[in-house]
Amino acid sequence: MCGIVGLFLKDRALEPELGALLARMLGTLCDRGPDSAGFAVYGAAVPGSIKLTIRGPLTHDYAGVVHRLQAGGPALSYAVRDTHLILTVPAERETAVRRDIAAMPELTVVGSGRRMEIFKEVGRPDRVAERFGLDTMAGTHAVGHTRMATESAVTTDGAHPFSTGADQCLVHNGSLSNHNALRRELIRKGLSFQTENDTEVAAGYMSWRMQQGDSLEQTLNSSLGALDGFYTFVVGTESGFGVLRDPIACKPAVMAETDRWVAFGTEYRALVDLPGIDAAHVWEPVPAKAYLWERH
Amino acid sequence: MRTVDLSQTSLRKLNAALHRLKPTTNETHWRVLNPRGRHAIAVGVDAPITVEIDGHVGYYCAGMNKEATIVVNGNAGQGVAENMMSGRVHVKGDASQAAGATGCGGLLVVEGNASARCGISMKGIDIVVKGSVGHLSAFMAQAGNLVVLGDAGEALGDSIYEARLFVRGSVGSLGADCIEKPIEDHHKAELARLLEAAGINGTVDPGSFRRYGSARKLYHFHFDNVGSY
Repeated sequence: MCGIVGLFLKDRALEPELGALLARMLGTLCDRGPDSAGFAVYGAAVPGSIKLTIRGPLTHDYAGVVHRLQAGGPALSYAVRDTHLILTVPAERETAVRRDIAAMPELTVVGSGRRMEIFKEVGRPDRVAERFGLDTMAGTHAVGHTRMATESAVTTDGAHPFSTGADQCLVHNGSLSNHNALRRELIRKGLSFQTENDTEVAAGYMSWRMQQGDSLEQTLNSSLGALDGFYTFVVGTESGFGVLRDPIACKPAVMAETDRWVAFGTEYRALVDLPGIDAAHVWEPVPAKAYLWERH
Repeated sequence: MRTVDLSQTSLRKLNAALHRLKPTTNETHWRVLNPRGRHAIAVGVDAPITVEIDGHVGYYCAGMNKEATIVVNGNAGQGVAENMMSGRVHVKGDASQAAGATGCGGLLVVEGNASARCGISMKGIDIVVKGSVGHLSAFMAQAGNLVVLGDAGEALGDSIYEARLFVRGSVGSLGADCIEKPIEDHHKAELARLLEAAGINGTVDPGSFRRYGSARKLYHFHFDNVGSY
């Protein structure tokens, strides 16, 4: 099972509603993945800064954490959303701040980038979205996932999206069969992994291809050869939004497009509240074909 | 005509009302509004009625249909008309995977494309797809006709039994034990009947199709293979 949703806005007027639209899409797919949920939202960038999404225990004193990370230097701006802290760090201080976070074992950096914020927790997807206040988030594109675990345990670490590179995230419906071999290969190339999860390997592979200079399109096309198993992926980058299904198309997928947005849903039900859906072009993405949208 | 708005009435109530209909019912025309991609709409109908659904439907719409005419004014999700026994299912848009799967009788017409595994394990249903079908269509197809006006994807008719496949466009590849066969006059007559039933009157030449079917080497025992067992 598992459910995936994705929304890429073309009409800037919709940007304040991005989170609210995605929350409804995610909520509809609760019954495809009731054990955990997550989403990544591409919001506004702060020039010269990187956003770190940090996860800790629910009762964490994030104000105290930020105070310690500032280390007497200029103030760092931050926002707390439930168990997650979004910390905006000037690019030149990122290495030092990451080093200090690494010394706090109760905290994990779950993603980073100029624009991406990433949230995931165990629990029913609609409640997870509510805890983080997804409906209040604005941005240009977002992906979300409702998980029914198969390849690894029901933990927050095993929830999607997985992020293995700045502003890169991936959600997956399916299961991979060659992830152990590919993980070992990628570790030899210098990548590191936080979980035993198959999807993290797919995300790592794509990050590695993009590090090597491949475009998102080239990356998705080379994934078809490198990844064995069942998958429908939705991928986000700072400006891009991609969809890829395995050649056998084991997992369902529906897309819809209007002149205001492009949307992905594991089932059409997830798309029915989008504005103008009745007049949208609705189609099933073809197996083994990379679909891409890019903001310019 | 009875109109059921699924934003006002539960799907369970609609299906229960359809199941209660007797063959002699006077309520022969139903219209369903706001399907919003729900699964299993108008499944298991067993009465000579017409159900028109205005919008896209989810999985298994019109499954197990008997006698009824069910029209989807939109796209259909996976398994539309799955295991249909008789009657007619007409999808005005595209159909997702496994359209007409295991169908035993009746006619399924898809105006647009049907994706992978169309007619998988079909057992007597007739399927006419006016667009193209995806990979592994007619997999293990046992009986009935699959007519495709567009193209077929890879592994058409893999492990096929006695279903007949007619494709007007290209075929990505043929599956195991599926071969091209000559199209004879009685096939053309059958095709003309199916095209007419699908609402195509004389605009498509039955002679423009190619026929595919079983080489009968996979499901028949061959003495030459005795050493393999």
